[in-house]
Amino acid sequence: MEEVDVEPTITNIPAISDGKHMGFAWGPGDILVYETRYKASGSGCSFIHEIRKDEDIYSPILRKLFNESHHIFVGLQTIREDLPSKRDVNAQLVRKNPHSVFYSDIHFITLFSGTILTLICFLLKVSILLAIELIWNLCEVLFIDAAPAGSLLLHLLDWVRLHKADVDEKAREVLQSESPAEHRDYWDVVVSYVLQGRLEEVRQMLVKQANLQPAARSMYKQMDTLLSKMPFYNPGGTQTLTEFDVKWRHWHEEVDRCLQDNSFASNRHLELICKILLGDEDTLLDHKELLGTWYHFLVTRLLFCHPTVKLTELHYYAQSCMTMFLDSRSVPEPLDNILLAAFEFDIHQVIKECSIALNNWWFVAHLTDLLDHCKLLQSHNLHFGSNLREFLLLEYASGLFTHHSLWQLAVDYFDHCPEFGRVYLELQIERVPLETERKALKVLRVCEQRQMSEQVRSICKIMAMRALRNNRLGSALSWSIRAKDAAFATLISERFLQDYCAKGTFSDLDLIDNLGPAMLLSDRLTFLGKYREFHKLYGEKRFREAAKLLLSLMTAKIAPQSFWMTLLTDALPLLEQKEVSHQSYLERRVTAWCCTLFYIIFKSHYSIHCYC
Amino acid sequence: MFVARSIAADHKDLIHDVSYDFHGRRMATCSSDQSVKVWDKSENGEWHCTASWKTHSGSVWRVTWAHPEFGQVLASCSFDRTAAVWEEIVGESNDKQRGLSHWIKRTTLVDSRTSVTDVKFAPKHMGLMLTTCSADGVVRIYEAPDVMNLSQWSLQHEISCKLSCSCISWNPSSSRAHPPMFAVGSDDSNVTYGGKVQIYEYNENTRKYAKAETLMTVTDAVHDIAFAPNLGRSFHVLAIATKDVRIFKLVPMRKESTSTGPTKFEVQIVAQFDNHNSQVWRVSWNITSTLLASSGDDGCVRLWKANYMDNWKCTGILKGDGSPLTGSSGQPSAMSTVLGSSVQSSQNALNGMSAGSQKSQHLTS
Repeated sequence: MEEVDVEPTITNIPAISDGKHMGFAWGPGDILVYETRYKASGSGCSFIHEIRKDEDIYSPILRKLFNESHHIFVGLQTIREDLPSKRDVNAQLVRKNPHSVFYSDIHFITLFSGTILTLICFLLKVSILLAIELIWNLCEVLFIDAAPAGSLLLHLLDWVRLHKADVDEKAREVLQSESPAEHRDYWDVVVSYVLQGRLEEVRQMLVKQANLQPAARSMYKQMDTLLSKMPFYNPGGTQTLTEFDVKWRHWHEEVDRCLQDNSFASNRHLELICKILLGDEDTLLDHKELLGTWYHFLVTRLLFCHPTVKLTELHYYAQSCMTMFLDSRSVPEPLDNILLAAFEFDIHQVIKECSIALNNWWFVAHLTDLLDHCKLLQSHNLHFGSNLREFLLLEYASGLFTHHSLWQLAVDYFDHCPEFGRVYLELQIERVPLETERKALKVLRVCEQRQMSEQVRSICKIMAMRALRNNRLGSALSWSIRAKDAAFATLISERFLQDYCAKGTFSDLDLIDNLGPAMLLSDRLTFLGKYREFHKLYGEKRFREAAKLLLSLMTAKIAPQSFWMTLLTDALPLLEQKEVSHQSYLERRVTAWCCTLFYIIFKSHYSIHCYC
Repeated sequence: MFVARSIAADHKDLIHDVSYDFHGRRMATCSSDQSVKVWDKSENGEWHCTASWKTHSGSVWRVTWAHPEFGQVLASCSFDRTAAVWEEIVGESNDKQRGLSHWIKRTTLVDSRTSVTDVKFAPKHMGLMLTTCSADGVVRIYEAPDVMNLSQWSLQHEISCKLSCSCISWNPSSSRAHPPMFAVGSDDSNVTYGGKVQIYEYNENTRKYAKAETLMTVTDAVHDIAFAPNLGRSFHVLAIATKDVRIFKLVPMRKESTSTGPTKFEVQIVAQFDNHNSQVWRVSWNITSTLLASSGDDGCVRLWKANYMDNWKCTGILKGDGSPLTGSSGQPSAMSTVLGSSVQSSQNALNGMSAGSQKSQHLTS
């Protein structure tokens, strides 16, 4: 992203003096720094500091957000190419009441938040998330719904109402009081409703006031009539835009006439409402605190001056409204710039401003992905559109990877980055700490599903090595088999055999008995498996089969030299068994010959007395 | 960025190197107090020192971990002209309960006649190979042919670089498209001749390392050098700490079929930053090579990032301010500073939150 305008952030590190050298080491998700002096000696330094980015992927609120957006992201990727319209994309997005994500967490957090500081940080997070929601909804209205004139204003009204629900809080308070019409906030609520175009509510509120002032009844009746007659465009209806426009102008003129006639002159509140209905700028600007923001001012102004506004006309109004609303002293803030860029349809600028303003890549990555899927990035002449999307998704997913469980979400994001997704995944999945066998198996499954054979081998080897160091031979063997590491399997089989020689028994019998075709991985392993089989047969008194097996072990030359003595020792009692002795002459001869052969070779290497 | 945690290192002298293990759960520190300490990270993120022992008879300059495929193995190098290899021994069960482990020396490498300035393991696909470089200008590559017997190491290559060496870096790429390659930096301070960075490449036919490239434009002393993780690119990226931070791109040029010499490279400088004002002592890449960190004479650590269009700029500075360490661990900086007060005004009325929003405005000012 173009970030040329922004100065680098400075983070101060305590306990390191200004001017002393600073050493560092990269870690997963953090960087360690410490005081040092290169090419010099000096007094000891005390501390190593762990520095992290502000992303705070460990926050419980963000956790839920990451999970939900992951769900939406994956759904979006699987939309078929031939689904043409943006509406279909929209249908895929789960448009819940966005506040539901946060409110459940608010109760949880307020119950458990310890310090004020935690609560403040929480509130900051919430305010950022609300801002993100504001931006996201606006992008949906402008870029995805992209409604024609008439409907556009209705969508914008919805957007403002959704993000300015404090009016309802106040209204509830007023209505629940003893005498609502005399409540000090009564007129504020009425005016707020007018500003949001919620004229039904206005009329209901005014009835209460009218009841208190019987003398002014006719004036209130007149206002009520005006309010009830304000035309609102009906997109599903039979009325054309032109017809609506004509009707609206007539109504507008009627309201103007009322004002000129001084119909409401004796009641300043009603006159105020009349002026607002006419879209009088000065009156609107007099009520900045009730409007709250310049974009509310924009939508209200459009509602009462130009309800048939088109998408392409928005930017002109947006810029002038922002200028009028923010007085000369205040500077537009990042959120203002983002919204303005959206109104100006400068998608690239929206993305750029968002990535500067927001610490976490989450929002920008998902927004860009969404716009890319709606084919909006291309249509706005960003010829590197899909690469920008990938760049942002890779950043976001890499950030998730350092978390002990969110890394699993990140995998899906890498899967949908065609250029670099795989290599990023290969690089980062190797680094996932394998604290338990269960976790190792989870990681392995991800690698095996994607045919990442080198990573599979490496992880299995690491686990095998760890098991071996801790003398868990069975575990080490099964990991080596999974790694298809013949050399290591040989090594471990040797250890098994050594153990047997020392103790006279095998450990991990279950594993050795059930090797199956894995036995063929290495000669030594095959020998181990077959030798154990020999023991089983002997134990079951199936001497003939045992003898046959022993013979094959001797002749196959897979027996390690160190084991020949043992094999010989095993052979001797067999020869005395009746069953064996009833074998064919030939077999007996061969058996005897082998024993002799072994004996000779053995004796030539070791000077041991034979007790044959 | 914020300080998440501060660990009391407890070395009696300057720390010269800190090294994370492959999975980021353990760390090793080495110091002028001639010892190495190993730290383990518990599940709640706290660091515990699980071993501390004297390793050399001089300052220990660097410490590095082998890949976990080879077990728990460390290498250290020192002013005492030696490098050593250490292996962790699985201890008695009561040791484990007390959270202690033992490391024993497997071998000492005594070939160098001067201070050994850097020690690095080669990429794991090459086997268990250790590389050292010394002030006497020699790079030595050792191999342990039997991974289960770490006391047997053989000196496979001895490469004379003619200039005093300060740092080495292996190209981490395991792609078959390029042979094994490493870069050596020299801290020789005579600026009349260039070539303070040399690149060596392994030749399958001669079974030796041959010099493939010398970066003649680097004339000042080089203190650190780092190849970036490869990410499937066909070219290599190398960062250098000298009197400034420099990032080079090495593009292999197509070899003729008859050529048996080392690969020829096209060397391009991608970025150069002199923000540290004087000497740059260390450079290092993060795991995905999206961030480069550098440390310099100005006492700062700077973070460099390339944007989508491959333009590099500084995105963060870590600076010592000499303030005393507070007892608590850090909190993220006020995140709303960037979004400003318009956020507060557009905030939904969460009951009774007006007091809260005033407090957060205080933080933003």
